[in-house]
Amino acid sequence: MIRPDAPVLLEIRDLHASVENQPILKGVNLCIRAGEIHAVMGRNGSGKSTLSKVLAGHPAYTVTAGSVLYKGEDLLSLDPEQRSRIGLFLGFQYPVEIPGVSNLEFLRVATNARRGQRGEEELDTFAFEDLVRDRLSVVQMDPAFLDRSVNEGFSGGEKKRNEILQMALLEPVVAILDETDSGLDIDALRIVASGVNQLSSVDNATLLITHYQRLLDLITPDAVHVMAAGRILRSGGKELALELERSGYDWVDAELARLDAEGERQPLEVA
Amino acid sequence: MSSSATVGDLVSQTYKYGFVTDIATDKIDKGLSEEVVRLISSMKQEPAFLLDFRLRAYRQWLQMDEPDWATLGYPPIDFQEIIYYAAPRQQDKKASLDEVDPKLLETFEKLGIPLSEQKRLSNVAVDAVFDSVSIATTFREQLAEHGVIFCSISEAVKDHPELVQRYLGTVVPTNDNYFAALNSAVFSDGSFVFIPKGVECPMELSTYFRINSGDTGQFERTLIIAEEASTVSYLEGCTAPMFDTNQLHAAVVELVALDDASIKYSTVQNWYAGDENGVGGIYNFVTKRGHCRGDRSHISWTQVETGSAITWKYPSCVLQGADSVGEFYSVALTNNRQQADTGSKMVHVGPRTRSTIVSKGISAGHSSNSYRGLVQIGPKAVGARNYSQCDSMLIGDQAAANTYPYIRCQQPQASIEHEASTCRISADQLFYLQSRGIGFEEAVSMMVSGFCRDVFNQLPMEFAAEADKLLALKLEGSVG
Repeated sequence: MIRPDAPVLLEIRDLHASVENQPILKGVNLCIRAGEIHAVMGRNGSGKSTLSKVLAGHPAYTVTAGSVLYKGEDLLSLDPEQRSRIGLFLGFQYPVEIPGVSNLEFLRVATNARRGQRGEEELDTFAFEDLVRDRLSVVQMDPAFLDRSVNEGFSGGEKKRNEILQMALLEPVVAILDETDSGLDIDALRIVASGVNQLSSVDNATLLITHYQRLLDLITPDAVHVMAAGRILRSGGKELALELERSGYDWVDAELARLDAEGERQPLEVA
Repeated sequence: MSSSATVGDLVSQTYKYGFVTDIATDKIDKGLSEEVVRLISSMKQEPAFLLDFRLRAYRQWLQMDEPDWATLGYPPIDFQEIIYYAAPRQQDKKASLDEVDPKLLETFEKLGIPLSEQKRLSNVAVDAVFDSVSIATTFREQLAEHGVIFCSISEAVKDHPELVQRYLGTVVPTNDNYFAALNSAVFSDGSFVFIPKGVECPMELSTYFRINSGDTGQFERTLIIAEEASTVSYLEGCTAPMFDTNQLHAAVVELVALDDASIKYSTVQNWYAGDENGVGGIYNFVTKRGHCRGDRSHISWTQVETGSAITWKYPSCVLQGADSVGEFYSVALTNNRQQADTGSKMVHVGPRTRSTIVSKGISAGHSSNSYRGLVQIGPKAVGARNYSQCDSMLIGDQAAANTYPYIRCQQPQASIEHEASTCRISADQLFYLQSRGIGFEEAVSMMVSGFCRDVFNQLPMEFAAEADKLLALKLEGSVG
């Protein structure tokens, strides 16, 4: 829901970032207010996933220019764990497996880290089990997954549900979901989308990163952005996603060529 | 912490047991000779059989060569530069703790091992060994009511010479190996446990070894005998001050389990490991062996090895009794310049004997961590089974992990399984945990203790949490 008077939660200004000295983001601008759901679309290699990792603070990415404000405060100077504690959440495209670390214990430590930041008391094992069993219903997840190691041996769909379960427990202010729909069958996709919708409120915001319209059939975005060559090439309403579905990304090449001709675009190749 | 912090930053460690207690010590001159062996024996007023045992071992040792097959590198040890006996100056062992030098009690207090009556762990009896001698053993009277003997081995030699003579050296012969022979010649003290037939030892038994002197070797000898259908759980802990010279620790532990007896032996070893450049630290050359002498007997080794500059240690089981069971659960953590070559030997002699080996090696910094194990199935071990699992975890990109499993099978109806894996704490796993609000160090510690969980589950409950904390402490770094 777009409300022009809603507080700005995330403001990305002219963000440039590189990995191994290879520039990937080349001037991203994006403003997200409370209550909004944004979708970032684009081809592989357009910089979508990099944007999500930079926002979450992945150490492999270096911010070379620009700024990100979270509720008006500098986000980029914070460690990844601090970003999570104040309410930023990244749902991973490929959640890693962590053998030997109990999923339940991991969820409890993570939840308590967020609660501590909010001045809430830590939950002991028993209180936490009550909470987690309640939140399992959001993603229709079998409690048996709590007793296993973090993501170990989970199917693709189970891993994504586990991500949304974490979101339900951490109650983030800004949730970035990186290709949460990839690798999901239609039933799993519905469950995950329904979870995201249940957690969405006027006080938080969601940034969906996706290739496909099918997720946006289930979660209606307030704004759609098309990324290419490390920047947002075009923004619009939900109809922009439908237009992409019909006409594909061919126009992106034309647009990039025009920008090249005007000398506005940084060269993709770097010596 | 900045985002440039890496796992490697975690490797610098703090050692909180590195203090030296300022106490008058009686030492003999450094160096080793037959005279020194005789001197040790006479200072301890030992019976003739023990002097003969020592002299035989010494003469065997002279004929032996220091082993060089382990994946360890260290300058040659000068055995004439070591002091073979040091003891805090007090008269005889005190009848009551109130008479023990308060400085010694204070030392153990600082180490987290309170010996004074009111502060004792309620269900753990402790034998405290300071340099070469045992200074106190708690709960002796209560144990005696059950017929359990728990005392220093020196006292056992005086009070129960027949038991010592019957069992000493029967599991680890004096000429077993170079360091066992040395120990047999010069051993100073250690613990003695005897659990009579049918008795379940009512509390955990524990020995705490403390090296204090800088130039002293520590050669302790532990002997545990579990008679028919008895049960005991025993734990040893070890620390030493920080010196920039290396100190030699060459212990021998012998376990004997008769029919239906069960011995659980746990170690939390935290000797001083040397500094980050590998200067100083304990050389730990230890021979530990259990003999499942009786049918259906059970011996279980659990070790958490975090200290020492060099660890050379292979707690083993000789499974002679039919249907006897041997187990070895190990976590070995090496950091900085530490080197560990450790593992187990399971020697299956009797029919239907079973053994399990679970080894978890964690290497950080520039350290080297090797698993070396032998599974041997003899011709009479019909239906014997072994399962071995050896997992290595690498932290950073400068550490080494090796696995050397040896298998010798002379029995076609035996089953041997061996699994091995190597993993690395990946940047992506750490980032995943961090992105859920879990700090960098806690994330590493969670993953390490997750990796070790199979082994920690085997530790007595009182010590499992300790071991977890110890590993976290060992990996705690200057991140900030």
